[in-house]
Amino acid sequence: MINASLSELSAALAAKSLSSVELTVLFLDRIAELNPALNAFITVDRDKSLAGAKAADAQRAAGRAGPLTGIPIAQKDIFVADGWLTTCGSKMLSNFVGPYDAHVIAQFKRAGAVLLGKTNMDEFAMGSSNETSFYGPVKNPWNTAMVPGGSSGGSAASVAARMAPAATGTDTGGSIRQPAALCGLTGLKPTYGVVSRYGMVAFASSLDQAGPMAKSAADCALMLSAMAGFDERDSTSLERPAEDYTRDLATPLAGLRGLRIGLPKEFFGPGMADDVRAAVEAALDQFRKLGAVTVEISLPNSGLSVPAYYVIAPAECSSNLSRFDGVRYGYRAPEYGDLLDMYCKSRAQGFGAEVKRRILIGTYVLSHGYYDAYYLQAQKIRRLIAQDFVAAFKECDVIMGPTSPSVAFAHGAKSADPVQMYLSDIYTISTNLAGLPALSIPCGFGGDEKSGNLPVGLQIIGDYFGEARMLGVAHQYQQVTDWHTRMPAGIA
Amino acid sequence: MALLDNWEVVIGLETHAQLATQSKIFSGAATAFGAAPNAQACAVDIALPGVLPVLNRKAVECAIRFGLAIGATIAPRSIFARKNYFYPDLPKGYQISQYELPVVQGGALTIRVGQGEGVAEKTVRLTRAHLEEDAGKSLHEDFHGKSGIDLNRAGTPLLEIVTEPDMRSSDEAVAYAKALHALVRWIDICDGNMQEGSFRCDANVSVRRKGDPKLGTRREIKNLNSFRFMQQAIDYEVRWQIERIEDGGTIEQATVLFNPDTGETRAMRSKEDAHDYRYFPDPDLLPLEIAPAWIERVKGEMPELPVAMKARFERDFGLTAYDATTLTASLDMARYFEAVVAAAGRDTAKTCANWVMGDLAARLNRDEKDVAASPVSAAQLGGLVARIADSTISNSIAKKVFDALWNGEGAGRDNAADEIIDKQGMRQITDSGAIEAIIDEVLAANAKSVEEFRAGKEKAFNALVGQAMKATKGKANPQQVNDLLRKKLAAGAA
Repeated sequence: MINASLSELSAALAAKSLSSVELTVLFLDRIAELNPALNAFITVDRDKSLAGAKAADAQRAAGRAGPLTGIPIAQKDIFVADGWLTTCGSKMLSNFVGPYDAHVIAQFKRAGAVLLGKTNMDEFAMGSSNETSFYGPVKNPWNTAMVPGGSSGGSAASVAARMAPAATGTDTGGSIRQPAALCGLTGLKPTYGVVSRYGMVAFASSLDQAGPMAKSAADCALMLSAMAGFDERDSTSLERPAEDYTRDLATPLAGLRGLRIGLPKEFFGPGMADDVRAAVEAALDQFRKLGAVTVEISLPNSGLSVPAYYVIAPAECSSNLSRFDGVRYGYRAPEYGDLLDMYCKSRAQGFGAEVKRRILIGTYVLSHGYYDAYYLQAQKIRRLIAQDFVAAFKECDVIMGPTSPSVAFAHGAKSADPVQMYLSDIYTISTNLAGLPALSIPCGFGGDEKSGNLPVGLQIIGDYFGEARMLGVAHQYQQVTDWHTRMPAGIA
Repeated sequence: MALLDNWEVVIGLETHAQLATQSKIFSGAATAFGAAPNAQACAVDIALPGVLPVLNRKAVECAIRFGLAIGATIAPRSIFARKNYFYPDLPKGYQISQYELPVVQGGALTIRVGQGEGVAEKTVRLTRAHLEEDAGKSLHEDFHGKSGIDLNRAGTPLLEIVTEPDMRSSDEAVAYAKALHALVRWIDICDGNMQEGSFRCDANVSVRRKGDPKLGTRREIKNLNSFRFMQQAIDYEVRWQIERIEDGGTIEQATVLFNPDTGETRAMRSKEDAHDYRYFPDPDLLPLEIAPAWIERVKGEMPELPVAMKARFERDFGLTAYDATTLTASLDMARYFEAVVAAAGRDTAKTCANWVMGDLAARLNRDEKDVAASPVSAAQLGGLVARIADSTISNSIAKKVFDALWNGEGAGRDNAADEIIDKQGMRQITDSGAIEAIIDEVLAANAKSVEEFRAGKEKAFNALVGQAMKATKGKANPQQVNDLLRKKLAAGAA
């Protein structure tokens, strides 16, 4: 049961072979058992989740069940949920109980899904290892000495350890795909604007995008169908007809014949670990066997993506996080002198080091006299990067490469060196800058004797609104491979 | 002012006009004034985590209206930017405003400065007008040493209207502010309530020696919420700056506040501690795009503008330019006047104008009432003018009727003037026979005056007219009394 796909669970619920309450209890029990070691959840509320499960069972009994009705879903703690503690992994919001539902939460509620718990994350989604959380680091279920990736590390670990059938994440520079890769999951960052950001605590507004994290492409397709859709409360939400993201899953295997896979030479240079390279190359061979052709392409400005990102994202975050001032909600220093002192102490005590670092960088690059040199330049680079992709998609249908330059690394390995940490996202950041959809799927294992098997992720980048196609492509691969069904040892 | 002889004053104004929309500029919360603190602050206004702004198109339409009214360019694409600073009544830690690309660019407003014969027209150029949100309010009283925050006003739409430094005196600045105040109300984008802060001005003031091509260093007087304070503040500031320079000092760029109790301006912060607002385009909002069709639609919904209405009054009613300008000083005034003419008849337009600009305006002024709140309705005043026009009453009787109307007689009834005339028997005596009889009595009783008149004293004639009018309690037609008296006196002499 814990390894079942969402559609299998849905079928079991429909056949009444189990109830949503039973299913929810099963996963709540697994959380109770495994979470103390993994720290994937910040908030679990048995009563609330079971109340949701009962409501889902009633909905099914009333004949109003959809594909996700009764299925428990773990939600990243970045989504405000009515009545749930919503911390964003920060001391700053450690006392903040959501007074409303984020769009994503509301969409799952509408679909009848059960909120299983709020997952751990890097503080305000800033990090690539889940070590910046105020609630402590998340452990990688494949090897608890390793990081799960970040910032959606709790969501990734929860699904990898089968504590949840599926979870949500958010991706500003790789925060869905990198932890998906490091934990052996399928994770999708949709086209910017496909999923409403309403109720998602903002990190970098022009880059943030929510998406599904699950065991397979098919599960992600079901999840995205529930999450996506126009929302007038988010001005950057795209007004497009609703899509069924499962529509390409049924395409027969021959559907990959003639698929042009672009391989950016910049993604296959030095910097990629050998174990990752081997797994990615093997996956590409598999796609060729399925009838796809690979073409070398170039994304000449991709080398500028990390520096451009670390101007734009901090700039936006420095402004977005200004609302956390201790005045109206959230953390306020217990003792302070005047107003300025209250601000300084509340923010000094309420934010962790990485968040402060990015606020400082962002404040600097927006300052008078630096704005043109940093922020405007970065925006120009951003346009160049987007143009690179437009040109590339004239030569190919999808782009593939590694998701992360290495498999999961050890806790503490990069936390003292921010630049090394930032480079973890070297392959993922450019799609956020361009607003493109990108997916990571498990494609094998790396690691060494000491670490044991650690998952490798293959990144599939699509053209704008190419989600259904990309999920179809990934699904074909998952029909002939079983990487996505593998479970970490000792969790079954 | 002798002090000013060698100096030129340069003033530019920035005005914040609160836009008369039902809901806030980026949220659905209501904008009505006076609700209990924080009763009108929704999740977006208090900047809860995760909330996002959505632009209120009504606020944009107000900006388009304004742009059309001043002949400005409506930017086909403008950008909302974040102005970052920390303050407890600024919930997001930034204000959403427009910075590099405002929605309204350029334009001009014609003002009239001076009184009577000395009136001169002047054009004040506008630099820009941009949309932004207001902040909340900090309340420093009644909180036992702490401060209270009321976020009802947070997110209220504002249009910030900025002029070029085109004004050369406090009179011009006040004339501009008044003209702008009238215009925003005319086009119905702002209620103009200065007490409630719906219309507030900042004045940038500098001085330079006459003939100096270079502008002096300016100081900005913040938050002037009455025309009187604006005049006082600018006059004080100008004197302060000139005296300082003449004493060998220099002017430092600064923001100052006017204290109405002392009549002085006082520096609030200098240039050194000016904020770095770190403006950048708000990534939560798309660029504001205004298609020509939208502008056309708004144009179609605009009321007739003062300039056009003034021309029409001159053309259709035969009013002088002065009268037409005065009557189009505000939309309320113009509408009132048109309603008076409609009730009295188009031929009486000149008389209507005289009444509206004369007795009515004086009375409104005396009682500090707005024409919209006039106790005498336009229909009532029209009814009164009609009775003057058809000689039912004389002008002097009409003033009595007007007094009665002003004091509430016949309130709410359009034909109140007729009622008062009838009730008080004010109808003019035009029966020649009756007037002749009275004149005969007056002549008999005032033989001395008759004699004096015959001796060539014209003054005596006026005394006789006065007696005749007195005898009829002012109701006799004065012209008839005049004519008949002359006839009688001439006949008597023969």
